[in-house]
Amino acid sequence: MRGMRSLIKSNVTKRTLSKESSFFKMLQEGSYAVRLSALVFGFGCFRNGQFLKGMILFLFECVTGGFLGSQGFNHIYRLGSLGETQRKKIWNQGINMYEYIEGDNSLDILFHGIISIAVVLFFLCLLKLSVRCAFHAEKMKREGKTPETFIDDVKMYFNQKLHITMLSLPTIGVITCTVIPLIFIICIAFTDYSIEGNHTILFHWVGLKNFQQVLNFSSSLSKTFYSVLLWTIVWAIVASLSNYILGSCLAFFIHWKEIRAKKFWKACFIVTIMIPHFVSLLSIGQFLQPEGTLNVLCRNLGIIGANDSIPFFTDATWARVTVIIINLWVGIPYTLLHVNEVLDDMPSEFADVAKIEGVSTLQYLLKIRIPYVTVMTRPYLITALVGNINNFNVIYLTSQGYPMNVGETAGKTDLLITWIYKLTIHNQYFNIGATVGILTFIMLAISSIASTALYRYHVNKEGIL
Amino acid sequence: MKRFKDNKPSKKIGIVLAHIFLVLLAFIWILPIFSMFMTSFRSTQGVYSSTFLPTQISFNSYRKLFTDLTVFNYPKMFVNTCVIASVGAIISTILIISTGYVLSRERFPKRKGVMWLIRIIRYFPFFMIMLAVYYITRLFSWNTGPILRIIMICAYSGGAGISYVYAKEYFDTMPKNLEDAARLEGATKFRIFAGIIMPLSNPIIIYTFVSSFLMTCKDFMLARVLCGAEKNYYTVAVGLYNMLDEEHIDQWFTAFAAGAVLISIPVFILELYASKYNRKCNERMRK
Repeated sequence: MRGMRSLIKSNVTKRTLSKESSFFKMLQEGSYAVRLSALVFGFGCFRNGQFLKGMILFLFECVTGGFLGSQGFNHIYRLGSLGETQRKKIWNQGINMYEYIEGDNSLDILFHGIISIAVVLFFLCLLKLSVRCAFHAEKMKREGKTPETFIDDVKMYFNQKLHITMLSLPTIGVITCTVIPLIFIICIAFTDYSIEGNHTILFHWVGLKNFQQVLNFSSSLSKTFYSVLLWTIVWAIVASLSNYILGSCLAFFIHWKEIRAKKFWKACFIVTIMIPHFVSLLSIGQFLQPEGTLNVLCRNLGIIGANDSIPFFTDATWARVTVIIINLWVGIPYTLLHVNEVLDDMPSEFADVAKIEGVSTLQYLLKIRIPYVTVMTRPYLITALVGNINNFNVIYLTSQGYPMNVGETAGKTDLLITWIYKLTIHNQYFNIGATVGILTFIMLAISSIASTALYRYHVNKEGIL
Repeated sequence: MKRFKDNKPSKKIGIVLAHIFLVLLAFIWILPIFSMFMTSFRSTQGVYSSTFLPTQISFNSYRKLFTDLTVFNYPKMFVNTCVIASVGAIISTILIISTGYVLSRERFPKRKGVMWLIRIIRYFPFFMIMLAVYYITRLFSWNTGPILRIIMICAYSGGAGISYVYAKEYFDTMPKNLEDAARLEGATKFRIFAGIIMPLSNPIIIYTFVSSFLMTCKDFMLARVLCGAEKNYYTVAVGLYNMLDEEHIDQWFTAFAAGAVLISIPVFILELYASKYNRKCNERMRK
């Protein structure tokens, strides 16, 4: 009974301790040392005997504070205007040539501004850390225990705080290589960084003007956008469904017990996914060219005239159908493998019970196996649908978006993602590319969340599909 | 299993038809690849050939790939791809395994928040990140010189932590009683990770490494965007793609086929290896 009570009491104390660690409460309840630690990092630690920890915190403060003071705030200030002076051309009499006087490079200013904001956030995290360390050290002193030595601290980072140590590298990686570039691109969508109006070096914030241009129903850009968007949605649904249905049929077919040499047939089909996409797709792109191998074969066999060629990529409808069929070519093996795995793992109880009950083979197929496979492969279908919206390789490496007559920048088989590529790399409309990219993200996020919500069966309790 | 002879005649016909159908389908599937394979042995240059199968077999294209290094330096491209892929794969594996283990085993206060944040980041198309990396490298002129390789490695594997889900599911299957026993003996969490969990996670480590390697090898978009015109730092993907542009296609079409065959064989073997480990991981996860 007493043991039980002390157990409950210690649990209760644990909970109230963790509630106490709110930042402002720490400032209130701590002594002057804690509050001074918010200005001079590491002061509290230093005062309570944790010298090395205090020194490290102070060093970090000096470095980040120095950077912010000398350059950081300047960069953040310039972020507002993104530079003023244009690049000037001056006639230099001495060397008898035009000379360029460099003005402001807005991309440079934007980048340094974002980095400086990141450093400011880092500084605030350090502040919180310093106050928390000071408070903790003081608390231990008050309770009569000695605060941890540096070696104890390091040991803690490999024991109780292992999650911090092990997540540190991935977090740094994700922040530098994913988050900061993303924020950079999102910012560009609100500027006029583009070759239009000669804004490739000096550009300015334009707010939501790019989004208006892309989303209103009148400009040619928006007409292109809606046309490409429609084709992307149609493509995603048709490509994924056709892959899924035909792939499952093939999987059921090969799984039929009368088929011999199953492994050989499977190996034949998975060749297209085993070799790299840029090989298989470039090959089939060449294969279907007007003077490519298939047309030569058809001419030799007399299916078409000696100088004709089937317009695989030159006619809009042919091109769209061709692209879907090529996607079947590279996509069905994935479905085949997946459905085959599901079929192999189907619990044998189903078959045994069916045999006992005397269910006919056709009924067994229709009413038991197909529903089972459909339910078990739903997450795969959702991933395929979402993935096909962004399927760059299949379009770009085969048809390259041709035939080209949707607006000036897009082709009839262009997806949103290949259009973004053309806008930025070929046409240098950087800001429009970034805008369309953000709209693609919104579309992807909505479709992912919607499909997850519809198929809760496969979402485990931690919400990860 | 019944022998073929013991079936009813109608069923026999059905089985034969089914196999014929499979033969035709497999033939159509492999035809383009077979055609490219045959083209690599073709002696006549140029894209267009009047016959479907080559009339003369020669190894000229293969020889050209390794000797004519002025326009496309295929061996260097191959080496570039291997270097970037292997270093990238090592970094990716370290990042993915640590993230997967921590999010699977450790219960720390902000765990749900971290997983949600990663989920949102994953919704962004990787292409946007690629564009940003392109702008930044152009800004600082990092797209020439050896630093380009470092940038490519960072771009491929820096954000690898966000693809932790498969590793996490694997670590979820690790038995807790081993860990508890070790804790009772007084082992630190790091000791448990390094001494107990790691030796047991052979399949997932190998699978993560090989699949990261393959992802970098097979990637085309990022390499094209970053390499631009820097011929020394091309990967095989970019090189092969450029062999098919208008100014080079006549001279290099058969060489393209040869290069494609040469890169496909190691990738094929590695893919089979990866799928074997994938199956091992899946088996473990299903238990």
